[in-house]
Amino acid sequence: MTTTRDFLKGNEAIAYGALRTGLNAFFGYPITPSSEIPETLAAEFGNPQYPSFKVFLQASSELEAINMVIGAAATGAKAMAATSGPGFSLKQEGISFASGMELPMLVVDVNRGGPGLGNLGPEQTDYFQATKGGGHGGYRNIVLAPSSVPEMAAFPSLGFSLAYKYRTPVIILTDAFLGQLKEDLMFPDVPALKFDTSWATTGARGPERHVISSMHLDLPELSRHSEHLRSKFEEVERSEQRSEKFDTDDAEIILVAYGICARLCQRAVGVLRAKGVRVGLLRPITLSPFPKGELAALVDRGVQKFLVVELNTGQMIQDVQLATGGRARIGALQRVGGLFPSPSEIVREVEVMAR
Amino acid sequence: MIEVEGHYEVKLGPLPTLTGKPTHYCAGCEHGTLTRLIAYALHEMGARERTVLVDSVGCSVLAHEYLNVDAIQSPHGRAPAVMTGIKRMHPELLVFAVQGDGDAVSIGLSELIYAANRGEPITVFLVNNGIYGMTGGQMAPTSPEGMVTMTTPHGRDIASTGAPIDASKLLATLEAPAYVKRVVLPVTPTPAADFYNARGSIEGERAVKNAFRVQEMGGFSFVEFVSTCNINWKMSILKSKQYAADVLAKVFPPGLFKDKFGVEKR
Repeated sequence: MTTTRDFLKGNEAIAYGALRTGLNAFFGYPITPSSEIPETLAAEFGNPQYPSFKVFLQASSELEAINMVIGAAATGAKAMAATSGPGFSLKQEGISFASGMELPMLVVDVNRGGPGLGNLGPEQTDYFQATKGGGHGGYRNIVLAPSSVPEMAAFPSLGFSLAYKYRTPVIILTDAFLGQLKEDLMFPDVPALKFDTSWATTGARGPERHVISSMHLDLPELSRHSEHLRSKFEEVERSEQRSEKFDTDDAEIILVAYGICARLCQRAVGVLRAKGVRVGLLRPITLSPFPKGELAALVDRGVQKFLVVELNTGQMIQDVQLATGGRARIGALQRVGGLFPSPSEIVREVEVMAR
Repeated sequence: MIEVEGHYEVKLGPLPTLTGKPTHYCAGCEHGTLTRLIAYALHEMGARERTVLVDSVGCSVLAHEYLNVDAIQSPHGRAPAVMTGIKRMHPELLVFAVQGDGDAVSIGLSELIYAANRGEPITVFLVNNGIYGMTGGQMAPTSPEGMVTMTTPHGRDIASTGAPIDASKLLATLEAPAYVKRVVLPVTPTPAADFYNARGSIEGERAVKNAFRVQEMGGFSFVEFVSTCNINWKMSILKSKQYAADVLAKVFPPGLFKDKFGVEKR
């Protein structure tokens, strides 16, 4: 697929990014502010430019959609669903089963205001649900947090790669702001992804067969399976922590923010640096595994102050507290309800902290 | 003089489509009968290599332990959605599920109706014994009026819990389903105490094969097997067969509700 330049909404970019990785199946259910994802894919269904895109289906419910993804994923297909908060809650049943059955899949959550119906503004309140498991039983998924439209386009490829490498659901956690934001982007020239699917259930050729199940009635057997899931996630934590640093080398205060908040913080860092304040930004790209290695390294270097900026009432801040192990002062700047702090508010907050 | 209706050849012994494991099904339960009918049909069709079984939640959750085919387990009630995902990606596969009444008619009714309404070329075998079996005998959406269950200790009161849902009739109202049939599977005691009418197994065998044929012709197929659950009905096996004939089969009488491709006539 050739390199092309485009000007797209974040949601559209996710759809095209998925198509360019060789997406096989998408199962959708409309929910604001994520509906441009199924709409874009519906429009491109049948386009000979995307020959791998075999199935587009609008399901009757979020539950039906995620279970269709389970079925397609069980055949080794690159399968995907997209939703927002209320739908993400309903999908947790399927995500728990998929995690237990070790099925690779991609689920996008375009975070809106909550709890309940909330509103259609941007929030980062699904952080806990996405990063800590979300459904019943003990499991952890990989969670990616894009902070720009180009990253929205690039992360389906990264997401499917990680999903197949570790045989696990991967969540792209974005928000109403980035989903609706329109930006210039360049699609890289990448080949469609191909993965090992020798475990898939597509009919038993020969005496061997495949059974994909999350049920282990024998107590020690389930214990072994849970240990296996844990050690798999430990491997993910060792190998897949991703983050981006801006101006952190000499910084005395570090802003920690992901997604749209990282963009706002980046602007604030520029303003503060011009004023001579030694501030930097650490932007987690993987929310799970959380980039605790980078945070710990900053504390080891002597950083004493962190300011966590997020669109919730305190979720990622807990991971920052854990990663810094009580060795630093952690400040919080939080907005909810679809509101977000302006760069100048972030500047003021840092200036107070710097005193 | 006992009149023999039809001829039933008992096909015992190993089949390549069976693992050979003894089943966990209770003595007297029709799940074991249905497992063998399915295994036999798959074997006769030479379909093992292109079959995927979707386990539902309930007594058939362990179906993959006995049917020697590729299998995936689905969350409670969601088997028709999981089957849709498989079948849409691989139309060449034969995809089916064995669902119970709680699974298909209560928590999964929506998934069942929508898969049927889309005419997905998949097959659902519904085991309707009017009660939740695996969880220990609670009221099902198909429990007949007055049935004593763990959650209706004074008998099912339809004024408060609604009347039993007839899944076959419900699906038959939709345009898309190609084959909807109900079979009363249990043997029926006859006046001569040492003789049972096993017509249900003969009809069941035909229905299973027809359902798979309909799927291969591109249609949605659904067979409801009226069955027993003597353990949770708290009856002897003999009494449960009588109850199935006298009560359950009256609420859910056998019938052919839809046969778009005319497979029953062939």
